[in-house]
Amino acid sequence: MQRLTADSVTLGYDQRIIAENLSVEIPDNSFTVIVGPNACGKSTLLRALSRMLKPDSGDVLLDGQSIHRLPAKKVARTLGLLPQSSIAPDGITVADLVSRGRYPHQGLLRQWSPEDERIVKESMESTGVGELADRYVDELSGGQRQRVWIAMALAQQTPLLLLDEPTTYLDIQHQIDVLDLCAELHETQGRTLVAVLHDLNHAARYATHLIALRDGAVIAEGAPGDIVTAQLVEEVFGMRCQVIDDPETGTPLVVPAARKRRVAASV
Amino acid sequence: MLVESPPESSSGPPAAPGTGTGARPGRHAIRAAGLLVAVGVLVLVCLASVAIGAKSLPLSEVWHGLFHYSGGNGDVLVRDVRVPRTVLGLIVGAALGLAGAVMQALTRNPLAEPGLLGVNAGAAAAVVSAITFLGVTSLTGYVWFAFGGAAVVSVAVYLLGGSRSANPVRLALAGTAVTAALFGYVNAVQLLDAAALDRLRFWTVGSLASANTETVGKVWPFIAAGVVLALLIARPLNALEMGDDTAKALGAHLTRTRVLAMVAVTLLCGAATAACGPIVFIGLMIPHLVRTLTGPDLRWILPYAAVLAPVLLLGADVVGRVVARPAELQVGIVTALLGGPVFIHLVRRKRMAQL
Repeated sequence: MQRLTADSVTLGYDQRIIAENLSVEIPDNSFTVIVGPNACGKSTLLRALSRMLKPDSGDVLLDGQSIHRLPAKKVARTLGLLPQSSIAPDGITVADLVSRGRYPHQGLLRQWSPEDERIVKESMESTGVGELADRYVDELSGGQRQRVWIAMALAQQTPLLLLDEPTTYLDIQHQIDVLDLCAELHETQGRTLVAVLHDLNHAARYATHLIALRDGAVIAEGAPGDIVTAQLVEEVFGMRCQVIDDPETGTPLVVPAARKRRVAASV
Repeated sequence: MLVESPPESSSGPPAAPGTGTGARPGRHAIRAAGLLVAVGVLVLVCLASVAIGAKSLPLSEVWHGLFHYSGGNGDVLVRDVRVPRTVLGLIVGAALGLAGAVMQALTRNPLAEPGLLGVNAGAAAAVVSAITFLGVTSLTGYVWFAFGGAAVVSVAVYLLGGSRSANPVRLALAGTAVTAALFGYVNAVQLLDAAALDRLRFWTVGSLASANTETVGKVWPFIAAGVVLALLIARPLNALEMGDDTAKALGAHLTRTRVLAMVAVTLLCGAATAACGPIVFIGLMIPHLVRTLTGPDLRWILPYAAVLAPVLLLGADVVGRVVARPAELQVGIVTALLGGPVFIHLVRRKRMAQL
């Protein structure tokens, strides 16, 4: 059994149900990407997996135990989350923000240690923000800031890391930059990554495991090369397209059909 | 079983000390030294507060009164008037500074003041009711009413703010609404009852003048409890400042931290208000000023605020005793008059040298 699974969960906000009886398993050591059209429940699923949202029924299991019954700090030492939006306290430096990732490893009796210092330093170096350590976070560019938040999540030292739309609001070169960083963390550090991404082509290029959601149900899952077809894209996103090989990586590349052909098809 | 083994990290050889975060221990030393200096200043201000007043005492007499009490005029002045007043200013100042810092963190609002969640209004409404309807006249009698009012209103604001689903905005809105309603009530009662208005006049501007050993004895346990509680939640409050999701992802308890923070503010602010009336502005200005000195880490902001707030309060009290001799200005008025321009100056300078 995989470390992180959702066992027939029903998810919703107040009375609005987003997903019913949904089950997913996150393969260990994978870079799993959840894709789907707007409002398909992909962020909701990620929020449930990261215990931000309590399922109305069913259970999210971490190492076989209900994630909501485990002590909060214990979960936070195993599973990290980069939320869609975080607030950098006014006037905080990069090093200070990253060191806040050590929170779940500290307590009243266990204060800051040389090991914390080392891990913070490593986290900043592996995300390429070591040079910025003494800069103020609010002076950084969007791409740099996202790297700093990722560094904070890394300092948490969790084998599992969940990222909710980590590329939103970034320019294309920073989007690729952040995704490269994720791929590197996955490959060199062996962390299990789960991300929600908007861009299907980014997902197909970087994911080792893809989960395609529509209306709160899993339509397909597996390696991108195995499951991304024109038929699947039409089924999930309701859009006609061609799927060709990415000339750079050989992964599936989704090319939407030209407007006239789409219009002709829909008549 | 949970396996917590962190993944092998891939970083290269350890970097030389003194680079990057290596500078951090140095900054800690500076912050600690700064705190010591602040404590030194506080001791001086305390001495001034005992020595200076309508009748100024030379330091030798202060010393005599403190350590060789023999019942002389100077000794009585020191022991029964100046010392209780100084001690009250000390603990009330610390309480207001801490309450303000906790409130600013809790609401993620740098302009939040301790009264934002209705604590002061609750205390004032309870005191007005006690004077008008129950005929309570002694100052020490107010204390319990003020404290009870503060506590009841905190709970009410928490419930109105959505209790478990409370967020900073909902809490602040609930607090503002309740404060408006309660001050409306306070004003109405004061207008209808001239005698109560007269007695309340001094209480509502905030004054240390009525301090005596009894008042100090009544409020200090609450303030001590509030201080301990506030210092204990510094780290979770740090986490909460980064947004609910991030705090939760780091393993902080949102509801528990918010409830404990509100309890701390109620204890601190309720006790301070009960003893001296609502002294505004210190709780807003000191944490804001401290933040520019220490950066946003509450583990430093809280102790600095607890030391520097009484410096301002006692300093203002001393000034208030001197400027209108032999009468005196209430400390609440002096802090606002003195603090206002200083505060404007500080806010206009974008960022003070970060320690």
